[in-house]
Amino acid sequence: MVTSAMNHYCKSSIGRKQLIAVTGLLLCGFLVGHLTGNFLLLVGPDAFNIYAHKLASLGAVLYLIEAGLAALFLGHLGLAIKLNMENMKAKGKYQQKTRTGRGTTIASQTMPITGLVLFIFLILHLCSIKFGSHYETTVDGVLMRDLYRTTLEYFRSTGATAWYVFAMICAAVHTSHGFASAFQTMGWNHGKYFKNVKRLGLIYAILVGGGFAFISIWCHMKGV
Amino acid sequence: MSSETMTLNLKIWRQKNAQTEGKLVDYRVDHVSPDMSFLEMIDVLNEQLVRKGEDPIAFDHDCREGICGMCSMMIDGKAHGGYKNTTTCQVHMRLYKNGDTIVIEPFRAQAFPLIKDLAVDRGAIDKVMMAGGYITANTGNAPDANAMLIPKPVADEAMDAAACIGCGACVASCPNGSGMLFMGAKISQLAVLPQGEPEAPRRALNMVHTHDGLGFGNCTNHAECEATCPKGISIEHIARMNREYLKAAFTYHEKTRSEGGA
Repeated sequence: MVTSAMNHYCKSSIGRKQLIAVTGLLLCGFLVGHLTGNFLLLVGPDAFNIYAHKLASLGAVLYLIEAGLAALFLGHLGLAIKLNMENMKAKGKYQQKTRTGRGTTIASQTMPITGLVLFIFLILHLCSIKFGSHYETTVDGVLMRDLYRTTLEYFRSTGATAWYVFAMICAAVHTSHGFASAFQTMGWNHGKYFKNVKRLGLIYAILVGGGFAFISIWCHMKGV
Repeated sequence: MSSETMTLNLKIWRQKNAQTEGKLVDYRVDHVSPDMSFLEMIDVLNEQLVRKGEDPIAFDHDCREGICGMCSMMIDGKAHGGYKNTTTCQVHMRLYKNGDTIVIEPFRAQAFPLIKDLAVDRGAIDKVMMAGGYITANTGNAPDANAMLIPKPVADEAMDAAACIGCGACVASCPNGSGMLFMGAKISQLAVLPQGEPEAPRRALNMVHTHDGLGFGNCTNHAECEATCPKGISIEHIARMNREYLKAAFTYHEKTRSEGGA
């Protein structure tokens, strides 16, 4: 039972939770990078397109990073779905009253819902931007994709912008629980600092969710 | 004794056994003194039922002073009534008003099969404890009290976790039916003490794996257990368990006979 401890780790509730926590935190890191890049939209078409071109010119390295990100997303999603299905079974047939406000929060109770919204969003987002309409432009004599135009064109639609903002609210709600929760799951909870971890999670959620949403609204105003 | 008594409307979960369907049944109980405990109020109702020749309500109870962990009821959807650091037996009827309606249900979780009415089988908790919630080291005769020095903050930390009475309120109030708080309390208590530390990795692995196999859910850090625990046990102990488990999973190796082990 004990000798195959590592084998059990990936099957145990705590082991799988910790895998969800680590993938979640790494995805939080990815969002920071993504948001930083997005802010170049505010600088101008050339700055954003050069940045996108540099990323695209990484070639094999980019594919490796993308494969890693896909693994993080799918691992996080798959483990979380299994965990939620087990939990629904463990609670049994009769659900007692909701107890929001004592321990649970709206964020903690809606993790599966906000998570699924983000997954759907991710697929649509890749389709509409990364694999969206292809334009070309020349900056300093270099021919490159005009991703700036694709982005602004996409956000011209009020519906698309509203959906994007909604998804970012979901991202903020999801990370407002997920960030601190990941620390607790990894065992990094001590009275001395955990309040600050919770605060940091909240600040992260507002800044990242708000940041993405702000840029999308800016694009909408600019593009109309 | 206060001379004024109350009349209460109760909705109590009645279920013959695990095989049959249960339902909430309405009862009216008169002459409830505000000085009564919640369990005494049910005693009064049961006396009324027995006098009428009806089947009394089955419920768990023992010490009635908040230390045995037997009483287990969801009162208005909250384990032990949801009062701070309070077990059901310590809930007093002065907290209710004449004419109030109170919903009383059993502790529900897949790991706690229902026996009858409000009584559930919490044996799963004992099974998790049996998997490692103890110390096996042969300690010989009682050592000198000062031979093993334990700093006061460490002793306090262990005592906070040891306060768990194993009532299962954490499991019943967890939206996931998880048993992490009571298990975390035991793993944490023994991990910080020098007597428990040598066996800490094996304990963490065995208890967690046993827990997972008994139908308990996974913790998603709602912290509902912490809010409900009648002994005020913090989820910091769950965090310590998570640490202990991670450490054990990556580093603990029990030598087999061929490797020179026992």
